[in-house]
Amino acid sequence: MNGLALWLRYARASLAGQVRYRGAFLMQMAGHLATTLLGFAAIWVLFHRFGTVRGWTVGQVALFYGLVNIEFALTETIGYGFERFGDDFLRAGAFDRLLLRPRWTVLQLLGHQFRLRPLARLAQGAAVLALGLGMTPVRPLLFTAPMMLWTVAGGIAFFLGVLVGQAALSFRTIESLEVVNVLTYGGVEAGQYPFDLDARWFRRLMTCVIPLGAVTYEPMLAILGRSPHPMAATLAPTAGFAFLAIMLLYWQAAVRRHASTGS
Amino acid sequence: MMQAATPYLAAFRARWRTTLRYRAAALAGFVTQCWWGAINIMIYAAFYRMAHGGDGAAAPFALHQTITYVWIMQATLALMPWGCDPDIADAVRGGAVAHDLLRPVDLWWWWFCRATARILGRLVPRALLMLAFAGLLLPRAGLGAWALHPPPSIADAALFAVSILLGLALSACIVVLLNIVTVRTLSPAGGNAVITPLALILSGNMLPLALFPGAFQTVLILQPFAGLGDLPCRFWLGTLHGGRAILALGQQAAWLAAVAVAGRAALRRTLHRLEIQGG
Repeated sequence: MNGLALWLRYARASLAGQVRYRGAFLMQMAGHLATTLLGFAAIWVLFHRFGTVRGWTVGQVALFYGLVNIEFALTETIGYGFERFGDDFLRAGAFDRLLLRPRWTVLQLLGHQFRLRPLARLAQGAAVLALGLGMTPVRPLLFTAPMMLWTVAGGIAFFLGVLVGQAALSFRTIESLEVVNVLTYGGVEAGQYPFDLDARWFRRLMTCVIPLGAVTYEPMLAILGRSPHPMAATLAPTAGFAFLAIMLLYWQAAVRRHASTGS
Repeated sequence: MMQAATPYLAAFRARWRTTLRYRAAALAGFVTQCWWGAINIMIYAAFYRMAHGGDGAAAPFALHQTITYVWIMQATLALMPWGCDPDIADAVRGGAVAHDLLRPVDLWWWWFCRATARILGRLVPRALLMLAFAGLLLPRAGLGAWALHPPPSIADAALFAVSILLGLALSACIVVLLNIVTVRTLSPAGGNAVITPLALILSGNMLPLALFPGAFQTVLILQPFAGLGDLPCRFWLGTLHGGRAILALGQQAAWLAAVAVAGRAALRRTLHRLEIQGG
């Protein structure tokens, strides 16, 4: 069985388990949908009170908001094994079992749980994005649609890279490092607004050190036709893949050094 | 009298000590909240500076007041009723909740003390770190424009203290209510998924309530969740005085009493016909 087929089988098994608890699942979906929708309501209220900010309209901010939420929601559905790695795998010694199987550890962790819960975030991200597209003139569809897909792919790579890095770090701490939430949930929070609203040090950090801007802000500028360097902005999501590659190398190095907790 | 309070104090002390043990979690929470606060402040600053010619005339608060509001909200994030007591959720799932029923204590007070202690144990370390960071460190680091400002007078500080204590009690009452919902539905997921978003938005944690459109202001001030964050913050900022201060504290006390009475009634009905799961 090749890697993809195995992953699909993992995903099917995980989905079958989750839909068993139908009532709890529907209630949680409703709750999460409400939470995330309220997040956009807050932005709406700010614009309602202040009008526009630095030439940005609420429709344009909706595009940023929708994009980063879609990226993170898709990452959350597949990346849960890495998010919970320290607590669920390392501390309990369950990681040793993965090492015994003749498959790549990353593939097994990606298949650990295919979560449905983030679908709420995905749904509202898509709704807000559609709203934004309806309110804002963007480049022609022939450019916008592929560019959007390409950006989302880069964004998934970036956030997955953060989760892989978090898991690799937990080889040192033997627990999931919550501080990484600053980059995941905090990254989503930061990516919801155009970066030129932020302080300069923050913008630098988010573009040069952590390529969050490369998978949210820069490509969206290209889609809006506002980018000063359209060519570079079109290529920017590549940085998300590069980030993931670096984190995977770090992961491999950490796995090689791994000594089990033995429990 | 003292004798009667002993078991409740013991429950409080045990829970408080257990919660304080999670130092790494407190530190991680603190770092996350600093980050969150910084992002929020940058966004508000951009809106205030850019809109309406730079003086933020459209806003009810000045920018430095909004910044103080953000830091207090981040410092007191643990005050929110984040959900049913996880120990009790486990006990309900496994059937061990029967042990709680066998204790010769008033179950509502027992759970209330546990909830208060857990909230306080999570709140105190995070809040102290945050006050030290935003109130002392930032001004010394030359970032005074981003700093938390102290209350304008001692009276305001005292009113804030009373208000936040009422908020703490209300939050604990809501947690007990969520415990009861868990006993009834056998799962904490439903109740938690409903309460958390409500509390976050209606307490002003996501966005100061005063920034919402004017038509909603009266309703927003009168609803119970305002007492978990917005009203204490207004006291800290010194914007509530005289009759309005009394009204705000009265609002908090009234909701506290209402939620407590409702919780006690719900608990009585729930225990009247209780089925325990597991074995």
